[in-house]
Amino acid sequence: MPKINTLDDLKKLRESAQAALKTRAAEAKARVRVSMGTAGIAAGARESLKALMGELEKHSFCDLQIVEDPTLGPDKNEPIVCVERDGFVTQYVKVTADMARKIAAQHIVNGQAVSEWAVARSKK
Amino acid sequence: MKIYRLHVLMCGGTQCVSAGGESFESVLKDELKKHNLTDEVQVVRSGCMGACDRGPLMLVYPEGILYQRLKPSDAKEIVAEHFLKGRKVKRLMWTEDGHPYPTMKEVPFFARQTKIVLRNCGLINAESIDEYIAADGYAALGKAITEMKPADVVAEVKASGVRGRGGAGFPTGLKWELGAKSTGDTKYIICNADEGDPGAYMDRSVLEGDPHSVLEGMAIAAYAIGAKQGYIYVRAEYPLAIKRLEQAIKQARAYGLLGNNILGTSFCFDVKMRMGAGAFVCGEETALINSIEGKRGEPHLKPPYPVTAGLWGKPTVINNVETLASIPVILHKGQEFFRKIGTKASPGTKVFSLAGKVNTTGLIEVPLGMPLREIIFDIGGGIPAGKKFKGALTGGPSGGVIPLEHLDTPVDYESLNALGSIMGSGGLIVMDETSCMVDIAKFFLEFTVDESCGKCTPCREGTMQMYKLLKKITEGKGEEGDIEKLEAMGKAIKSTALCGLGQSAPNPVLSTIRFFRHEYEAHIKDKKCPSGVCKMKEEAAVKA
Repeated sequence: MPKINTLDDLKKLRESAQAALKTRAAEAKARVRVSMGTAGIAAGARESLKALMGELEKHSFCDLQIVEDPTLGPDKNEPIVCVERDGFVTQYVKVTADMARKIAAQHIVNGQAVSEWAVARSKK
Repeated sequence: MKIYRLHVLMCGGTQCVSAGGESFESVLKDELKKHNLTDEVQVVRSGCMGACDRGPLMLVYPEGILYQRLKPSDAKEIVAEHFLKGRKVKRLMWTEDGHPYPTMKEVPFFARQTKIVLRNCGLINAESIDEYIAADGYAALGKAITEMKPADVVAEVKASGVRGRGGAGFPTGLKWELGAKSTGDTKYIICNADEGDPGAYMDRSVLEGDPHSVLEGMAIAAYAIGAKQGYIYVRAEYPLAIKRLEQAIKQARAYGLLGNNILGTSFCFDVKMRMGAGAFVCGEETALINSIEGKRGEPHLKPPYPVTAGLWGKPTVINNVETLASIPVILHKGQEFFRKIGTKASPGTKVFSLAGKVNTTGLIEVPLGMPLREIIFDIGGGIPAGKKFKGALTGGPSGGVIPLEHLDTPVDYESLNALGSIMGSGGLIVMDETSCMVDIAKFFLEFTVDESCGKCTPCREGTMQMYKLLKKITEGKGEEGDIEKLEAMGKAIKSTALCGLGQSAPNPVLSTIRFFRHEYEAHIKDKKCPSGVCKMKEEAAVKA
């Protein structure tokens, strides 16, 4: 453990400690909903979720909350991922692991929706 | 940076642990492994969440879902349904009258509380200094030692109006001012964690759940009065609190938040722990000081007060755990913030351990001045099994009973004193129509007789005589005039005992006589216990 020598050190430590606790905060920059019912899991939702989280970790982006939903839409569209960010909710369907990585990097981290895959977009 | 999509907080308070929290947690962890979820779900041990009756408790973020009364066999379902698929397990949620309350903030028990002292209890990992710092921990200390003069700190605490939460309610700011004005280059700050009232566990819960808040409060107090060394006097019967405190002290030292030149300033402060052997009298400040010095834990006459001649004869400020834990909030958010809560003469909040005949027992924190009715019925959920409320005992063995007709009394220092009770450290024992008031008074007197240190005659002999009288009355051998004897002795002990223990020991008797004289009379004249608690000799004879 490095010593905290100044008020500024303390502030920095506080900010990084707070960043790691966004899951418990009242709100975060992004909220991701992943459909994780039996149909979703059969269609590969677990793999997509893991890929998404792996990508976010790579970017050290933790200002988010991930919520699982039993179902977000019809089974044929599974796996389904909804991204809430900057006041908009964007839905992606049939999200493969590769797609999940791109959604994570481009939309969740950088705030640019992946328009070619977005099937619905509405104000929050 | 590692991302966990679920943060699981297991209540690590003593009650939840003893209700089987640890075995639940170990099955939960096995199940997480089985489903390959250990990378996605973080499990931490928090402090007491408060609803001890409903334990073991578990809080699951980001949604803040609260599960209660968990058994190891429930772990499988929670992991397979909620953690894996996002399906919340309704049957394990808090339910009242068939209505489930999925999240903590919806449950009436929690929704009506105001948390200052318990601000982090149950919400952060009790063993992590980083999580305490994330919750603005040590920011108040930083502000105090870099931006404020010691006199400014004293002034701020004085202006907040905070009063000692150990029981007597002495203004903390004034105590600090006296400590700061005392001359001498060596001064001490002591944290009194010798909590001993039957049924009270406020201080233990703060130490177990948020130990850094107490260390930070002590450091601020030390800066304000000019002390370099602090002591925490905690009873050895609190092993978990001791473990968490030791860990917290180690962490704070490693970060340089205790030790020399804290945050690059000239302020130096460190803390040592002393374990008490559980004598009730050692919560009295002069006895406590004797005990730290390695002497017999007996009180002495005041003055001299500890602020002028305390530990090893040096100026010493002694504050209670709860008082110290509220100090960082006063400095961080400002005294105006604190003053807005509670009443004019009693600002802030008070932690109570709600026990006895009430639906939800546990640890609560409310603004001072909240009517007793609201505490017992709205937060505690009323009296179980359709029974009637009879009285509530505040202040433990030093306090008194608040009867039904005073149920709307605001709970603050002045109002309780006016009814012959005291705020005390925060034990709140609810009694229903099946509780016998004479028996309750006897119970507390028996406690005092046991705990009297024996140094002064009124307490040593007087409480014993009062106890004998009460025993006689509850056995159906009471005589005309016994009540008057109890009253006379009680008054004499109150005005002549050496320390607070003896001076307050007659309170439970005097207060029950004041409000429930008819129960005493029924025992004495009719040889009947109206609540059917006492085994009366006459009744037994009739039955035989």
